[in-house]
Amino acid sequence: MTSELDIFVGNTTLIDEEVYRLWLDGYSVSDAVALRVRAGILEQTGATAAVLQSDTMDHYRTFHMLERLLHAPPKLLHQLVFQIPPSRQALLIERYYAFDEAFVREVLGKKLSKGTKKDLDDISAKTGITLKSCRRQFDNFKRVFKVVEEMRGSLADNIQQHFLFSDRLARDYAAIVFFANNRFETAKKKLQYLSFGDFAFCAELMIQNWTLGAVGEAPSKPDSQVDDMDMDLDKEFLQDLKELKVLVADKDLLDLHKSLVCTALRGKLGVFSEMEANFKNLSRGLVNVAAKLTHNKDVRDLFVDLVEKFVEPCRSDHWPLGDVRLFLNQYSVTVHSLDGFRHQALWDRYMDTLRGCLLRLYHD
Amino acid sequence: MPGKLKVKIVAGRHLPVMDRASDLTDAFVEVKFGNTTFKTDVYLKSLNPQWNSEWFKFEVDDEDLQDEPLQITVLDHDTYSANDAIGKVYIDIDPLLYSEAATVISGWFPIYDTIHGIRGEINVVVKVDLFNDLNRFRQSSCGVKFFCTTSIPKCYRAVIIHGFVEELVVNEDPEYQWIDRIRTPRASNEARQRLISLMSGELQRKIGLKVLEMRGNAVVGYLQCFDLEGESGLVVRAIGTACTLDKLSSPAAFLPACNSPSKEMKESPLAHPPSHGCRSTHNSPIHTATGSRLTQNFSVSVPTLIYTGMGSGSAGKEGGPFKALLRQQTQSALEQREFPFFTLTAFPPGFLVHVGGVVSARSVKLLDRIHNPDEPETRDAWWAEIRQEIKSHAKALGCHAVVGYSESTSICEEVCILSASGTAAVLNPRFLQDGTVEGCLEQRIEENLPAGCGFCHIPYDELNMPFPAHLTYCYNCRKQKVPDVLFTTIDLPTDATVVGKGCLIQARLCRLKKKAQAEANATAISNLLPFMEYEVHTQLMNKLKLKGMNALFGLRIQITVGENMLMGLASATAVYLAALPMPGGIQIAGKTPSDGSYEQHISHMQKKISDTIAKNKELYEINPPEISEEIIGSPIPEPKQRSRLLRSQSESSDEVTELDLSHGKKDAFVLEIDDTDAMEDVHSLLTDVPPPSGFYSCNTEIMPGINNWTSEIQMFTSVRVIRLSSLNLTNQALNKNFNDLCENLLKSLYFKLRSMIPCCLCHVNFTVSLPEDELIQVTVTAVAITFDKNQALQTTKTHIEKSLQRASTDNEELLQFPLELCSDSLPSHPFPPAKATSVDYSSFADRCSSWIELIKLKAQTIRRGSIKTTVTVEKASPMGEGNFRNRSAPPCANSTVGVVKMTPLSFIPGAKITKYLGIINMFFIRETTSLREEGGVSGFLHAFIAEVFAMVRAHVAALGGNAVVSYIMKQCVFMENPNKNQAQCLINVSGDAVIFVRESELEVISTQQPTANCQQSCAGGEVTT
Repeated sequence: MTSELDIFVGNTTLIDEEVYRLWLDGYSVSDAVALRVRAGILEQTGATAAVLQSDTMDHYRTFHMLERLLHAPPKLLHQLVFQIPPSRQALLIERYYAFDEAFVREVLGKKLSKGTKKDLDDISAKTGITLKSCRRQFDNFKRVFKVVEEMRGSLADNIQQHFLFSDRLARDYAAIVFFANNRFETAKKKLQYLSFGDFAFCAELMIQNWTLGAVGEAPSKPDSQVDDMDMDLDKEFLQDLKELKVLVADKDLLDLHKSLVCTALRGKLGVFSEMEANFKNLSRGLVNVAAKLTHNKDVRDLFVDLVEKFVEPCRSDHWPLGDVRLFLNQYSVTVHSLDGFRHQALWDRYMDTLRGCLLRLYHD
Repeated sequence: MPGKLKVKIVAGRHLPVMDRASDLTDAFVEVKFGNTTFKTDVYLKSLNPQWNSEWFKFEVDDEDLQDEPLQITVLDHDTYSANDAIGKVYIDIDPLLYSEAATVISGWFPIYDTIHGIRGEINVVVKVDLFNDLNRFRQSSCGVKFFCTTSIPKCYRAVIIHGFVEELVVNEDPEYQWIDRIRTPRASNEARQRLISLMSGELQRKIGLKVLEMRGNAVVGYLQCFDLEGESGLVVRAIGTACTLDKLSSPAAFLPACNSPSKEMKESPLAHPPSHGCRSTHNSPIHTATGSRLTQNFSVSVPTLIYTGMGSGSAGKEGGPFKALLRQQTQSALEQREFPFFTLTAFPPGFLVHVGGVVSARSVKLLDRIHNPDEPETRDAWWAEIRQEIKSHAKALGCHAVVGYSESTSICEEVCILSASGTAAVLNPRFLQDGTVEGCLEQRIEENLPAGCGFCHIPYDELNMPFPAHLTYCYNCRKQKVPDVLFTTIDLPTDATVVGKGCLIQARLCRLKKKAQAEANATAISNLLPFMEYEVHTQLMNKLKLKGMNALFGLRIQITVGENMLMGLASATAVYLAALPMPGGIQIAGKTPSDGSYEQHISHMQKKISDTIAKNKELYEINPPEISEEIIGSPIPEPKQRSRLLRSQSESSDEVTELDLSHGKKDAFVLEIDDTDAMEDVHSLLTDVPPPSGFYSCNTEIMPGINNWTSEIQMFTSVRVIRLSSLNLTNQALNKNFNDLCENLLKSLYFKLRSMIPCCLCHVNFTVSLPEDELIQVTVTAVAITFDKNQALQTTKTHIEKSLQRASTDNEELLQFPLELCSDSLPSHPFPPAKATSVDYSSFADRCSSWIELIKLKAQTIRRGSIKTTVTVEKASPMGEGNFRNRSAPPCANSTVGVVKMTPLSFIPGAKITKYLGIINMFFIRETTSLREEGGVSGFLHAFIAEVFAMVRAHVAALGGNAVVSYIMKQCVFMENPNKNQAQCLINVSGDAVIFVRESELEVISTQQPTANCQQSCAGGEVTT
């Protein structure tokens, strides 16, 4: 006696969160059944293995049918075939687009291309995430990327509108899209200590301040020729950053800057002497990072440079985070007192964001 | 020109990509009704076209309005080649034809293609301007309301229940026409869908005509079925109960002029016989089937080709109804009147007097191509014969009516088993003429019967019983006789007193048969049938005893015929009726008491059985009050005491009667274990696992013993197909397979729905079919309803509520209050609550007989004297509330827009149905030539059923409704050919589209009502006190 056909269709589509998770994690039906058995479901419910198998198959089939709709979440809301309460719809979408930290760290900043997709096997092997799940996550990133790529307006808002994510998830995806678009290097060994959250935090700051969209924050110029886009860094701004070089190139300015900072921080910093000794190096590092951002290659290496030029030196001197914060605040504020320096606005736009990023990046 | 149909095509969305090059579609729409077609403009390059068309107007006969569906086809415009069809929407405009139902159909409909399934949606608005031309009502039956619900719909009152209406239409199946060889599967499927849609429209119109002839205005319990007879044709048949209904919220509701309100009825009572039996416009006079040889009717069937439209068929457009009327009059109307059939399963209070038992009849027929065109009404005659038999069975049970009546068929190749069953009953005759409450009341007083001992008192003469039965005095009133067990096909009457909870029980059976042709095959089947019926019955009895219960409700026995086997599946809800005696246990007797180990084994089994019974009693909370023998009196002496009896209708089954059942002590039920088969049977008895804790199941509307339903419901359909290994198939192996299939299916359901615990699966409906040689298909549709955990507390509360309510109804009766509290003041109750006054409820007995056997049981109703007192103290408040609900309840929009509930029940827990929008009756075909790509058979059918649900919901939503009640999947025919990567499935569903309002919302409304209402009702209360 073999079951040829075995289905269950509810007027309200039944969603088992546990099975959904297993499905999203890319387990086959038999693996999922085994995992459910291990979780003790048979004992809890008194069901038989056959019942569990049938139930799992059924849910998998439903998810498979829903997957097409999940690719365009608004469709899930308007479709008529599956009657699903709104809260459940939100759960389906949110979980489908959720991603694993380990996975996202592997692909963050990489081009979402076929080439990368081919590497998914390796990622799967490395992270222990099933290939199927890797593919889903990768395809999700790519899908979201494709949809919002050409759109104007806020990146996170666009994502939220077209994929109906929660705020949080939309912001995460904005970061992923932003990183993929700008191809920031995140995979280097010295960056391994950074979490996705660290990068997402930086991405948000950069989107807010460094992109074309950020310029458009003056609402008075609505339909300028410039596309109001959050995806790309503001090229003009990056060009202008070269002007900051004077801060380190002009020796007087650099000395003045240093003395002002040291005066302000004397006695307040535990690592004052180290700071004093390293000031010029650190300042050169931070300003040079800015000056180099005209080249795409250097843009990609932004995080590597920040870690190399700032985070690592400070860390090797065991700066506490509080001291780093004090230093960076003072460092950027003091520039306003440099009379010879004319690019105050530019400096603020650069440094406010950078300061936020550095503070986030500064941990073990 | 009686009607103008207006259609507007607004927009489309989510259309499929039809042009690969652009990834877009150039869509336009054809709107067709009858022979007229309109087209919209082509909306270029969009998957979400906005046509915003003008109003397309069709000027049509109302007859066409009833028959024809509106056909909307979405196409992709192609300049160079033929336009590609995207899909279709069929809209039944019938609901727009009743004055009280929907006024407009407007909404998003899934665009359906029989090959690709749902492909996007289209927004359509449909209106009908009906010019009420009274003279035309003889051809069309616009205005007659149809309900699938098998009880009086919640917001109506039955003025008169006229009786049985039936009709059938026959046509050639397009799938089997020669043209099918050259047309595409899509064209063939669409031809079939359209034809069936037309035929159901025609059928409904014809039934409507009969109702109008009877001076009714509605059909309740309307059941329409298709018989796919293959080469010999396509039969669409329907049965129902004609009624005159009165809308409750407006007692003086204006009915269409053609429908006779009760007033007219009173003026000329003679013109309206209380009930009509079989009536058919093309029915030859019914012969009494003397000697009713059920098993040997090999008729040669002749499909009648009745095409819609002019002329052909027996009922011509002009004279048809009139002729029918004449014929009707010439029929022996008296006899007809004495044996009315009712498709209802729940009744207005006072309607059901006694229940005799189950009556059923089966007949094996051979389908054949047209050999004898002169006899076009074969199928009508077949059914007439069966109905006649049912009538005579009922008569033998001392009953004049059959309630809970239904008909079904099972077809395999050219063999067809026709089945009919129902519950023999004695009805209150007053109700049939003039269902006003005064009438019943009067009669009750006249008859002066003891209070409340319900329907289970025997209707037949004790000294002249149709079959030997074990009678005792009713455990409730102790005056009337009751049987020891009672089987019925109806729902448990609301006033019945039940001890503990009920449960679903099933008897399952397979019998192998040799493959054979034609008559030999039919003979083989006919010979097997009595044995199957007998065994099914034995199983039911055993399982009932094992549960420690004494009555079955909602009994449905399905016999399915396949190439090489017969399957029997009986489902019913077992309960313990307080009026019937406590069931005895089961005793096992070994036939050959030879060696000690055998004896030991027997005693071991005996212990196991006794333990199971004890466990079940605990599980279902069966603790009947102890009643000492003296009070009851000694059991009625009987020459032969039998625990159950057989009654045979055919020669073959006479032998069966002799086979067995001479055993039986006073109350113990003895199983003889004389061979391994019997051993198996006993084992299988014990293998039925009770549902996990927190779960209950029943196949009636609600579970006896559970009253506190919450509003969470989940309707579902589950389908399983198993393939039997063809090697050494034995009856035993088959039985085991089948049993496992059903048990596993139930287990799966319990597991799937575990998040709803505590919950009850209600209206569990199993359907078995044998699509191919080694395949068994089981389809289950049911609804899971959660209930409140605080059972004990609730039960008492409900009890009080009930009595209060009775009280209020009572008052109402006495006062001739115009309000009809009874049917809606407690909407969580599916049955109209009983009236407290039921001083009379003349005692009745119930019993059941299958066509071979009859079994009796009885149930009873308790009527405690205290009620009256309660009444006087508390009645005012429930009155007021009820009043409110009646008067308020405007159909306010439900907050959860878009959600459409579906349920096989006639009610929605925690909600009140405020409006019936019309009947939903849909037929779909889905076919695929890429079965593997669609996820195999399971993927294919899963998607299709989900789509069917979606289309039902969309139609209901477009009518302005938010639920379908009395939903039923009448057919799910699945055929596959995995080798060719093909599959096809036909599904037929129906139900009533309704608007419901949550009770919580209602209360808000009622508090906003002017206090006048309250005062009025309170005043009413005081008067009674």
